[in-house]
Amino acid sequence: MKFAFFPGCVSRGGCPELYPAAKKVCAQLGIELDELQDRGATCTGAGVLQEKNQFLGDVLNARTFAIAEGLGLPIMVICSTCQGVMSQANKRLKTDPDYLAKVNEQLREEGLEYKGTASPRHLLWVMVEDIGIDNLKTYVRRPLTGLRLAPFYGCYIVRPSDDLEFKLYPNREDSLERVMEALGAEPVDFPGKTRCCGFPLLTINEKNSVQMVANHTMSAKQLGADALVTPCPLCHLNLDGYQPSAMKQTQQDINIPIIHLPQLVGLAMGFDPKELGLSRHIISTKKVLSKIQVAA
Amino acid sequence: MQVIVSVNRFNPQDNKGKYWEDYNLEIEENSTVLDALIKIREEIDGSLAMRCSCRSAICGSCAMRVNGHARLACNTKLADMTDDAGMIKVEPMTNFPVIKDLVIDQQTFWDKVKQVSPWLQSEGPDPKGEYVASNESMNHLAGVMACIMCGACVSDCSALEVDKNFIGPAALAKAYRFVADPRDSKSVQRLGVLNEYSGIWDCTRCYECVEVCPKGIAPMDRIMALREEAIRVGYDNTMGARHADAFSDIVEDSGWLDELRLPIKTVGIFNLPALLNFAPVGLRALVKGKMPAIFHHNVPNVQNVRKLFKRIRNDQNKDD
Ligand code: FES
Repeated sequence: MKFAFFPGCVSRGGCPELYPAAKKVCAQLGIELDELQDRGATCTGAGVLQEKNQFLGDVLNARTFAIAEGLGLPIMVICSTCQGVMSQANKRLKTDPDYLAKVNEQLREEGLEYKGTASPRHLLWVMVEDIGIDNLKTYVRRPLTGLRLAPFYGCYIVRPSDDLEFKLYPNREDSLERVMEALGAEPVDFPGKTRCCGFPLLTINEKNSVQMVANHTMSAKQLGADALVTPCPLCHLNLDGYQPSAMKQTQQDINIPIIHLPQLVGLAMGFDPKELGLSRHIISTKKVLSKIQVAA
Repeated sequence: MQVIVSVNRFNPQDNKGKYWEDYNLEIEENSTVLDALIKIREEIDGSLAMRCSCRSAICGSCAMRVNGHARLACNTKLADMTDDAGMIKVEPMTNFPVIKDLVIDQQTFWDKVKQVSPWLQSEGPDPKGEYVASNESMNHLAGVMACIMCGACVSDCSALEVDKNFIGPAALAKAYRFVADPRDSKSVQRLGVLNEYSGIWDCTRCYECVEVCPKGIAPMDRIMALREEAIRVGYDNTMGARHADAFSDIVEDSGWLDELRLPIKTVGIFNLPALLNFAPVGLRALVKGKMPAIFHHNVPNVQNVRKLFKRIRNDQNKDD
């Protein structure tokens, strides 16, 4: 199994623990990776660049898709935001031939053309759709028995569900819970599961953004979760990095660890927590590790 | 078919507060959620309060939360929503005060819509006949004008959940309808108002409104179009606009995001108070070895990316 791998910016920037964890897990699962950013692919625009210029954003994503087509490989991402932004751009490009032609005009000088065959997918979906839940269980060396985990999807991997082809792939809806169960953990259903972490609002209205962090982390904690698990590094940045601010703003003790999906899978595969970057979080992951009897 | 409709009830005249009440009923297979509620009211419990009128997804009065998301009860098939036990959960919309049971108070909702001056403001003398507008622009507007003001987008809005002052997706979609109308001559002034606190920049881009809108209005996409338009006409000094600018410049320069430069570029290198605000978070990250690389590498062939940015910008400037 081989993918054109798009790690995104944050997995090597603000959440540098995510990239190595994802690579370890992929190697263990027998997933070969050809890195798109080594081949000149750019940032997706993260929805931010699109606020200023959506056409430019679509051109950048079409360019990435064309590079992957050239490699003859399907695209894999490890970030809900990359997933969403790419899927939205792809929908506009695939459903309007005139628009696609206009975008391709911009790529011509570089000798690129997007033919409309890309279908970027998150590692989460690859695990459910390609590896398979039953097969995933066979990789578990350290079952996460007794861990109660709150799934935090992030917006862009669940909405708009049309762009993400949920009708074609209904399993995507509870993919995170199913992976947790395969690893031996118990998912905790909580109201924040598919709500917004507040990250896109952080630079614009920090108070509102931090309030979202407080609401979701607190409700997961109150429902007895040991940690939140997310497939999105931007959610991680906010829920982990700004949890101290959330505690201060709301005057309550929260302190609930936020774990990247690949870290969780890696933990169940038996990797050392340090290799997975679990010591590099703002909110300590020690409590979670000691619950499954692993030294931090 | 046998179903259990679990309704979140509230009556300000008793002191029970909010509570769930389950109704068991036998109903035809192809019924809607509204059919079930009407049957409950007529045959089981006349005290159940709700709003409805057209029963055809036109009037917008039957919006409520079904299994945790806002929908029109009259165009939601009961059988699509029941779980294995044949149960559905029905609640009043959130982000609205509840008057009784499923009936919510729309006063603030309408006040916010009024705030965007939802009427055409043209300049000069009225034309002799009708206003002339291109087919293309009117077709585009038809997409927003299909809004039935049901409030589903407001109910599920993440930003409103934490800040009641946010003007909200319905009012902003309505604002877009006039900003994008070629017959309106107040677009720039309108954008100036929307650019203020609690306006277009307070949306958290969560897509909840796009997901729940029963009419495909995609309010968040309209908000993004308003942001793009506001920047284009020169409102480029908000935190949001500067953030988008800084982000775009960094990607243009190196191909991907440099997270050290982004906050500095957004608030400005001379804005010491704002920079100091980032300091505690930065320090925590530093201690945990989470800091982004100090030396940011460019993607290979970054000159192609820079050329693209430049060309697209030039083309668009020419069109303006
Ligand atoms: S009753 Fe009119 S929209 Fe449902």
